[in-house]
Amino acid sequence: MATTTPHRPVVADPVPIRPPRGGGPFTGTAMLVRFALRRDRFRIPAWLVGITAVQVGGAAMYPDLYPTAVDRRIQATIVVENPAMRAMTGPAHGLDQPTYGALLSNEFLGLVAVVVALMSVLLVVRHTRAEEEAGRAELVLASSVGRYAHLAAALVTVAGASLLLGLLVALGLGTLGIESVGWSGSFVLGAALAAVGLVFAAVAAVAAQVTAYGRAAAGAAGAVIGVAYAVRAIGDMADNGLSWLSPIGWAQATAPYVRDDVWPLALALAAALGLSGLAFRLAARRDHGAGLVTPRPGTVAGSRWLVSPLGFAWRLQRTALLWWSVAMLLVGLAYGSAVDILEEDADNEIVQELVAAAGGTTLTESWLSVILTVTAIVATVAGVIAALRPRREELSGRAEPVLATALARTTWVATHAAIAMAGGVVLLAVTGAALGGTGALVTGEADLFGQVLGASVAYAPALWLTTALAVAVFGLAPRAIGVVWALLVYAVLMVYLGGLLQLPQWMLNLSPYTHVPGMPAAEFTIWPLAALTAIAAVLVAVGLYAFRRRDLH
Amino acid sequence: MTTAIVTSGLVKTFGATRALDGLDLTVSTGEVHGFLGPNGAGKSTTIRVLLGLLRADSGEVSLLGGDPWRDAVALHRRLAYVPGDVELWPNLTGGEAIDLLGRLRGGLDRRRRDELIERFDLDPRKKGRTYSKGNRQKVAIVAALASDAELLLLDEPTAGLDPLMESVFQDIINQMKAEGRTVLLSSHILAQVEKLADTISIIRQGRIVQSGSLVEMRHLTRTTIEAVTAAPATGLASLGGVHDLDVDDGRVRFAVDGEYLDAAVKHLSGFGIRSLTSHPPTLEELMLRHYGDELAAANGNGAD
Repeated sequence: MATTTPHRPVVADPVPIRPPRGGGPFTGTAMLVRFALRRDRFRIPAWLVGITAVQVGGAAMYPDLYPTAVDRRIQATIVVENPAMRAMTGPAHGLDQPTYGALLSNEFLGLVAVVVALMSVLLVVRHTRAEEEAGRAELVLASSVGRYAHLAAALVTVAGASLLLGLLVALGLGTLGIESVGWSGSFVLGAALAAVGLVFAAVAAVAAQVTAYGRAAAGAAGAVIGVAYAVRAIGDMADNGLSWLSPIGWAQATAPYVRDDVWPLALALAAALGLSGLAFRLAARRDHGAGLVTPRPGTVAGSRWLVSPLGFAWRLQRTALLWWSVAMLLVGLAYGSAVDILEEDADNEIVQELVAAAGGTTLTESWLSVILTVTAIVATVAGVIAALRPRREELSGRAEPVLATALARTTWVATHAAIAMAGGVVLLAVTGAALGGTGALVTGEADLFGQVLGASVAYAPALWLTTALAVAVFGLAPRAIGVVWALLVYAVLMVYLGGLLQLPQWMLNLSPYTHVPGMPAAEFTIWPLAALTAIAAVLVAVGLYAFRRRDLH
Repeated sequence: MTTAIVTSGLVKTFGATRALDGLDLTVSTGEVHGFLGPNGAGKSTTIRVLLGLLRADSGEVSLLGGDPWRDAVALHRRLAYVPGDVELWPNLTGGEAIDLLGRLRGGLDRRRRDELIERFDLDPRKKGRTYSKGNRQKVAIVAALASDAELLLLDEPTAGLDPLMESVFQDIINQMKAEGRTVLLSSHILAQVEKLADTISIIRQGRIVQSGSLVEMRHLTRTTIEAVTAAPATGLASLGGVHDLDVDDGRVRFAVDGEYLDAAVKHLSGFGIRSLTSHPPTLEELMLRHYGDELAAANGNGAD
């Protein structure tokens, strides 16, 4: 056969090489969106269902909770007359005529908006910087996928999730058929939540360009959520327009079921578009895998302190704890400067009744007690993250060479737990000092500093217990670590909803934070604190013992 | 001769997977022991049991005379470990990581550390996150080899190293051997093991299928003979132990089992040998003997 055909080189008839068509920087975005949906086929529905359930389920309880107009009016008065409540929930739109809808949007929108923002941030970082940091994005970019496709796909995916969430919430609330919770208000509320999701997706997209690490990006964007919430808290308390600087404030300015005004959402839309554009511009200015800051060379040798077990643990934890301290300091300063706004309302008769009912002596004191519970729970988040550092080390494979040295497993976990618990106390002290210090300055009451500092640090045993639970779960069943986060979410819900929904005492008692005497409003008692500390010690011991006996991942 | 590592009947399961299935491994003190097997055969699991990172379901383990699970910390002072896939702390420099791992072990030889960094051409000032895979590997190798450990557990230690660094590594392992240290070298780079190892164990599906010195193992397998004879060689086929016979005029080629080698060469000499070459079996052929059936199955035929 070969002899019958003339010899012909293979190259004589090459397939013409065509330049790739449509090879723009966004090529492959649609494919990556499908891929993201496939990867998150459980994660996104879980967020959407969870958030919708909290919002719609909470709303469904209202007719039973406030059966008469008088009940509603009492509840509305608490919010209208108490700036601390406004700081926690939102502007008191429509509460002079408190309908179910007005109460609902006032009490839920701010809190749910924070959760929606969190969803956006975590999802966007997960599909952009985290992919890049893990090196998986490189593999994808080596195929015919454009440079910005990851970022675009993440934004499209999360924007879609936000809009779908808004739709689900609107449909859920609308079908409840509660009087004054109508369809138009439900759609405005859903749209407000979706707008918050869009803005924070764009915030996370920017953060993912600035820093080269997924966790740092999520942390920075998370801090923006915190600032947004705090800004509107101060704005709503002082009623001075400051809330217009906060995306969460824009959502609340729609006043669902009261004014149904969608125009503030134009601000959210503009911010989302502007920030997304900024993210793409920043992406164009950096190399793949890099942030906007270039790394400098470090030291040749490990210092004496670094190479000790405690020094090593400290080195891994210190940056995160430093940033937490800065954040808690800012929160403390913000709330502390609001104390004198409270004082103005102190003469109000209804406020005084409320304060008496809460077991406190002054409005400022009872307000501080609530704020300090919340900041203590936030500080615990830092403690739990620090205590779970060994788990991250284990999963990344870095624990293996370390535990192949003469460092005992128990020492290794114990050093991280110690830093977590001591660091948590430092955060409580920083918050208390900042809050009490600025409070003392603006009111001129010097005693406030010591009172607030002590009250904040008194939460240490509750913080230790939760952190110790993380150590125990890490040793016993590291895959069940969600239990610890569930406890923290539960504790937050008890603070916010415990009073609003008049939940039974045993439900409140399940949160360790309930057992800390709510100073300065309440008296100091040592026994609950001693009990919390003892339980924490047992949990740490269990965790260390169990980790000594299990296989390393 | 004392033994550094003895395991007998070691079993470790992960759910339904039986990673180690009655593993018997013996490593004598002062030897470089090659630990061979393909991915997933159980090499890393064995090493992690020896490190006390995993607890065996059943069976006996003795490491430097102790129990790796119970005496983990005391034993770790006397050994050093290099994993096959090194992860470093993103914000620690390579130099810091080396000192950290060395000092947590119980100390490292500074002079040797600096010398190793120099020989491996490693920049210790770079942060962990900026190193390539090969450089991360170097960091772990330097941390382990700069120690005074009497036992080195190396799990595919040179994965990702370039050939130049590979030869530096081999020099240093030979030096370690001369100092009387024991090395367990898990690898699937056969040339590396062939050059370094005194004895070899081949693992397959969680069991040691063959163990011994390379010389012994070669004796047990076939040598390939190629010869040119004055008269055409006949009658080879009827000799015991001769395989794959290929006769072409005066040229003859066959494989012969170790124990029949003498008889075959004697027979051949009756025809007047003009030239003779013999190839001992390569490690590759030794491995293929144990994994040949898998290969054959994979190729879809059972032909020899």
